[in-house]
Amino acid sequence: MADLLIQGINLEPRQLLAPDGTTTPTAGLDLTALHDRLPAMYETMVATRELDEEFVNLQRQGQLALFPSCRGQEAAQVGCASALRDTDWLFPQYRELGAFLVRGIDPGGIGLAWRGTWHGGVGFIERCVGPISIAIGTHALHAVGAAMASTWLADGGVTVAFIGDGATSEGDVHEALNLAAVNQAPCIFYVQNNGWAISTPLTDQYRAPSLAHKAIGYGMPGVRVDGNDVAACYLVVAEAAERARRGAGPTLIEAVTYRLGPHTTSDDPTRYRSDEEVDAWEALDPIDRCRAYLLGSGLWDDSLEERARATAAALRTSLRDAVFDAPDGSVAELFDHVFVEPTPVLVAQRAELLAELGREV
Amino acid sequence: MTMVQAIGAALHDAMEADDRVVVFGEDVGRQGGVFRVTDGLRSTFGKQRCFDTPLAESAIVGAAVGMAIRGFRPVPEIQFDGFTYPAFDQIVTHLAKYRSRTRGLVNMPVTLRVPSFGGIGSPEHHSESTETYWAHTAGLKVVVPSTPSDAYSLLRDSIELDDPVVFLEPKRRYWAREDVERGKRTEPIGKAAVRRAGDTVTVVTYGGLVVTALEAAAVAHDEHGWDLEIIDLRSLVPLDFDTVAASVVKTGRCVVLHEGPRTLGMGAELAARVQEELFWNLEAPVLRATGFDTPYPPARLESIWLPGVDRLLDTVERSLTYDHA
Ligand SMILES: Cc1ncc(C[n+]2csc(CCOP(=O)(O)OP(=O)(O)O)c2C)c(N)n1
Ligand SMILES: [Mg+2]
Repeated sequence: MADLLIQGINLEPRQLLAPDGTTTPTAGLDLTALHDRLPAMYETMVATRELDEEFVNLQRQGQLALFPSCRGQEAAQVGCASALRDTDWLFPQYRELGAFLVRGIDPGGIGLAWRGTWHGGVGFIERCVGPISIAIGTHALHAVGAAMASTWLADGGVTVAFIGDGATSEGDVHEALNLAAVNQAPCIFYVQNNGWAISTPLTDQYRAPSLAHKAIGYGMPGVRVDGNDVAACYLVVAEAAERARRGAGPTLIEAVTYRLGPHTTSDDPTRYRSDEEVDAWEALDPIDRCRAYLLGSGLWDDSLEERARATAAALRTSLRDAVFDAPDGSVAELFDHVFVEPTPVLVAQRAELLAELGREV
Repeated sequence: MTMVQAIGAALHDAMEADDRVVVFGEDVGRQGGVFRVTDGLRSTFGKQRCFDTPLAESAIVGAAVGMAIRGFRPVPEIQFDGFTYPAFDQIVTHLAKYRSRTRGLVNMPVTLRVPSFGGIGSPEHHSESTETYWAHTAGLKVVVPSTPSDAYSLLRDSIELDDPVVFLEPKRRYWAREDVERGKRTEPIGKAAVRRAGDTVTVVTYGGLVVTALEAAAVAHDEHGWDLEIIDLRSLVPLDFDTVAASVVKTGRCVVLHEGPRTLGMGAELAARVQEELFWNLEAPVLRATGFDTPYPPARLESIWLPGVDRLLDTVERSLTYDHA
């Protein structure tokens, strides 16, 4: 792969697997070291794709209010999350289904957010993952604070903020990058550049040579990686995590990928992008690429595909079981979680609403 | 036309009438806005007058302040109520205060449009009632239309006004239809509308709940023989207290209806004003039918959390059965 260095950062995304599954030799990244992990990552990518489809189906059936599909971004998410420890904190945006599955978050708990049963979803914090964060960019600062805390606690942890290309324009993200650099916080800013922020293209979002180049101004390393290459995403994150763990500070990673689906189930992307653009990215499918490499390198056996499909089927079932016609949450809980001890006003208002409801049934 | 179309028409007509009017925000250009409010403006008026910004709300409002300083009349959009918070500093610190800080030398003819309030099953941060933040900030006018023709007229007025206006559009009435006569102005900003005359209890509300209050009034009339007087405030700043007062003098009873949390909402302000100025006219305390002091609930719970016809009628009944002893 040709180097296109601008200010020391390669505009050409780092890549190990070419779209056809052959390998691209890239200095400093050793693919064979990943061989024992690739089958599991393949399995999780397949499961992510299939579960994502189930979410979309459930939304079409009126079971979910909304869903933001991650179709096309499976490698970027699974590769990143797989390179970390289960105790490393992740602060996601809302589209990170692949990372959620790596962490073993129950699909039903994710589904409850999109059904409109509980904001942020259920079962995230227990896995060292922040709840689904819709207020764009705001959680990047939480990642920095959590990373600074990791240093003080000397727990060897690395914290990852998942942000979108759109999110990089928010003030909070600039503040987060600067704060992390100043404190040399063990933090990774993982930008999934998927080409679009709803209808806004990259050309209206930034003028830097790439999003990775923004790292220069903050004083941290910036890396562009092929976000549809699960191996490259894994190794780039592993490298950044290793730096962070030894106290060498934060890294900004830009995973170059594409949102194959609409922004959410409410969006109509034909209003703002061409079919040709989508088709071109369909041809770069991250799952096909990984399968082609596994086949070509002798790592494949048919039981892997069977296992992947079985895992996916089980996840789909567990999602359906959890959300289909699921009962609504208790309205009393809305009052119970506002403070550690509810204020007298909340106690009174809770009783008032329950009385109102009790009379209706 | 729908309220969405009425707002779009107002933007179009304002841009046509005055070439200093510029419209911008997230996804307002290419896509015509996530609700299609700004549909067609970019093709009609070009990219300089209707454009997509990077994803940055503080930038949207802060830049509008700068444009206003240089003589433009910006009409920025914040995509949803909950995303005004990243712009809070620019709104409160600068948009609201620039005129005072420059001793009246610089006006802020900025109209900040915000699709607002709940009731349409949205995800988190898409259903907030922000009006009291702005009403509590000196220097901001706060306008909340309830019908398509008012949305058209109030938006045209807001854009022509030399003061900053936070224009809160009730999403749940976006698809309400009405014949809107283009170019026609209804009552000006600062005038409330009596949407239904009655002499039993005064109900004061605004935005998306005006329809709810009218529905409740029909039920109250048919089932109880009560005649509710429904007042649509239309603007919270300035507040048309005269219209409220005239009604309370007539009915002796007042209920305030709003979606947002009860504590320090518009109901609190109205109750204070009514008892300060009309104490001896009151037959009962001013009561409130509102949301609760919790975060806005997830979509599945919003219909029982939001004040609807039943909660309003319960409150009206409490007012009517108030015991002096
Ligand atoms: C503070 C804030 N402003 C606006 C929005 C509305 N909004 C939701 S998603 C989105 C685009 C996000 O784009 P990006 O960061 O690239 O993430 P992607 O959706 O592509 O995964 C916008 C503008 C929001 N959720 N939060
Ligand atoms: Mg994006």
